[in-house]
Amino acid sequence: MTELWIGLLLTAAGCYVLKLAGLSLPARVLDHPWTVRAAALIPVALLGALVAVQVVGDGSALTIDARMLALVVAGVLLWWRMPFLVVVGAAAASAAFLRLLT
Amino acid sequence: MSTASSDRAIITDSLGVGLATGAYGVSFGALATAAGMSIWQACAMSLLMFTGASQFAYVGVIASGGSPLAGAVTSVLLGGRNLFYGLSLARLLDVRGWRRPLAAQLVIDESTAMAVTRPTAHQARLAFYWTGGAVFVLWNLFTFLGALAGTAIGDPRDFGLDAAVGAAFLALLWPRLDSAITRGVAILAAAIALGLVPLSPAGVPIIVGGGLALLAGLLLQKRAGAHDD
Repeated sequence: MTELWIGLLLTAAGCYVLKLAGLSLPARVLDHPWTVRAAALIPVALLGALVAVQVVGDGSALTIDARMLALVVAGVLLWWRMPFLVVVGAAAASAAFLRLLT
Repeated sequence: MSTASSDRAIITDSLGVGLATGAYGVSFGALATAAGMSIWQACAMSLLMFTGASQFAYVGVIASGGSPLAGAVTSVLLGGRNLFYGLSLARLLDVRGWRRPLAAQLVIDESTAMAVTRPTAHQARLAFYWTGGAVFVLWNLFTFLGALAGTAIGDPRDFGLDAAVGAAFLALLWPRLDSAITRGVAILAAAIALGLVPLSPAGVPIIVGGGLALLAGLLLQKRAGAHDD
């Protein structure tokens, strides 16, 4: 529990410093093309890895279960341009439903 | 007159975005408590971090058994984009003194998107503060409600809440998959991370998979850029 708090406060401090630095640093520091490209790609790379581990990861094993159905449902709804809450809600409901059946 | 009415339109739009974004604080609150965090930890995250993707990432790493440190690294790296948002906002907002540390906490995806497209600095400020303020109030309120609900429902798996985390990440990722390079980077990151899951402690696959895919993406972009020249 204490470790969760420490991690949480560290993260909060880190995230806040990044926000404040953006408003405070002179533009030329961050204008380098590599920095700009990296900034656009970092969320893509991390979110890609997060999706995969969250859906298929199970401790140190890989498992296909109801979470995969939820991801497919989410993908279809995103394709149809549904709002965030609908996507997340429907994904949870589909996984819950599959578990109810099996 | 037209200025006043367009100001009003900006405020209305900002409140709409605030409501839509704030409402999904419910899913954050519920997922955080499902991952084993207390109601107060969920609320502290929304109050102090106040950047959705990073909050989901911290909870996601914890939920998959990762250490708080691995969660913190992933989460802060994801928050890195706010640095660049701040940079593009700095000239528009021109905020100094004691107001700057307060304005900084409102630098998020939505407030930036609503502000940077405005033709005048006045309208940009209006959109930034109304959107950021509305999201802040509602995101925190809905986080609390979601956390309350999350602790009240028993086993979160029965409600598919563990499956909802992956869907939330996909929804955050989706609008960024607008080019062959971003799609390639996302798929590569996913593949490397999965390959590492059996081999490394939880949390590490995300950081290493994300890091290697980022590097590959940067090199590819450089080559693509060289061809353009």
